[in-house]
Amino acid sequence: MSFDIQKIRSDFPILNRKVYGKPLVYFDNAATTQKPRAVIDRITDYYTNENCNIHRGVHHLSQAATTAFEDTREQIARFINASKKEEIIITKGTTESINLIASSFGRDILQKGDEVLITAMEHHSNLVPWQMLCFEKEASLRVVPFNDKGEIEMSAYKDHINDKTRIIALAHVSNTLGTINPVKEMIQYAHGKNVPVLIDGAQALSHLKVDVSDLDCDFYCFSGHKAYGPMGVGVLYAKEKHLEAMPPYQTGGEMVESVSFFETTFNVLPFKFEAGTPNVEAVLGMGAAIKYLEETGMESIEDYEDDLLAYGTQKLKKIEGVQLYGTACKKTGVLSFLIDNIHPYDAGTIIDKFSIAVRTGHHCAQPVMDRFGIPGTIRASFAMYNTKEEIDQLVEAIHQVKKMFG
Amino acid sequence: MTIKEIQEQIITEFGNFDDWMDRYNHLIDMGKSCPLIDEKYKTKSFLISGCQSRVWLHASMSDGEIIFTADSDAVITKGIVNLLIRVFSKQPADDIIAADIAFIDEIGLNEHLSPTRSNGLMSMIKQMKLYALAFKTKAANQ
Repeated sequence: MSFDIQKIRSDFPILNRKVYGKPLVYFDNAATTQKPRAVIDRITDYYTNENCNIHRGVHHLSQAATTAFEDTREQIARFINASKKEEIIITKGTTESINLIASSFGRDILQKGDEVLITAMEHHSNLVPWQMLCFEKEASLRVVPFNDKGEIEMSAYKDHINDKTRIIALAHVSNTLGTINPVKEMIQYAHGKNVPVLIDGAQALSHLKVDVSDLDCDFYCFSGHKAYGPMGVGVLYAKEKHLEAMPPYQTGGEMVESVSFFETTFNVLPFKFEAGTPNVEAVLGMGAAIKYLEETGMESIEDYEDDLLAYGTQKLKKIEGVQLYGTACKKTGVLSFLIDNIHPYDAGTIIDKFSIAVRTGHHCAQPVMDRFGIPGTIRASFAMYNTKEEIDQLVEAIHQVKKMFG
Repeated sequence: MTIKEIQEQIITEFGNFDDWMDRYNHLIDMGKSCPLIDEKYKTKSFLISGCQSRVWLHASMSDGEIIFTADSDAVITKGIVNLLIRVFSKQPADDIIAADIAFIDEIGLNEHLSPTRSNGLMSMIKQMKLYALAFKTKAANQ
């Protein structure tokens, strides 16, 4: 499939806007991606023509909205190659998906003295829920370190798994370093030791083809908004056997089968884990985003972004005083860097004046900054609509930063 | 000079700059002349909480006036805190508490007031006013 960058850029209305009188260069895609017209239109269309609460009424609108919602669930299942749509639980986002597993599954299996294993490159969302659970259960949180390039070494990973390990929670892709972890191999090894694995896929879905059946992960979590979809919606994929065994996370409407003052029985999967009215418009918007990704082609996107990353890496390496953090062999389009001894806040403030949106700070991964002994980084993270010309503009801005603070 | 007069002086000073780059270069220069906090106070108790750059602020009372010293690991932040020191230092507590800080907007630095700038000017101003209030209360109790 050919990759027409001009066509793609024209699909994203926000890319037409100007900031400080100059065209916006948006390099904060690891925080959230921009939305194509198809997603925006889908949401508008839902409220214009289809708005209705789902799974409730017998009237036409309710049935149509329910069908659209459930069709999206099926579409998501197909997109990540889940074996059935009942394994797709709609959540508010990656954070809620992880909290759901920590709270329902984790609380069920963890005993005093047990261990939960994470890596040193996790986003706080895949760290704090496990830390809280370990406090509660008097269990230990163990952490696999990463090397200077930002890679997890398999030997270090294996050394951290023992007969007390009850669950492993790993990022597919690091939000700060861009590292793509060898999750398939990691899952295979864990399963050999009978340990289930949760994958935080928040930073993977918009960049790589994700196949949960091939990975054989027990849980896979992601957010709509980091993959060109709306905010406030995400997915928890979980193997059916786990979902059947797990107690509900939240209780309320929709997730029940029958309720009396004496007893409540719970609904079947996936509804057992979906209490309350869901964010219907966002689910449909996420469906439109997935369709957009499929039509563009994940392989084409991956190739294009790899090319951007190679170009950006080479350009930044050429600038004297620029230090890159995260130089793994397998990476998505994330460039985390510092310029000389300039504080990232100073650099970010000036880069912003060039109408370039980059992120500065610790990127919700403070332990990663501690590992390198730095207060934070400047992070440029790419999406399919970014261009080499935009990277050139970033390079120009970096030179200006050097001039002002040098 | 009163707080109001100093603010007017700063507005005139920044009025000479045509573009953002000159404004920021001036801020960077101001950072260099910031009355520095004694190293012994660069501790957690004197840190203004913020997630991007660190700012330490110290206040003392001398002849009925409050003296501020500060430091930051980011240069722009240091320039901003020095601007505030120019406005608030060597002023009586009551004047600091009552001060309106309209000049921030006038010199085009209001973007630093946003709560998303965790380094926010807002928390610096709040901390300075809190120091003034604390010294005033202490004086009243003596």
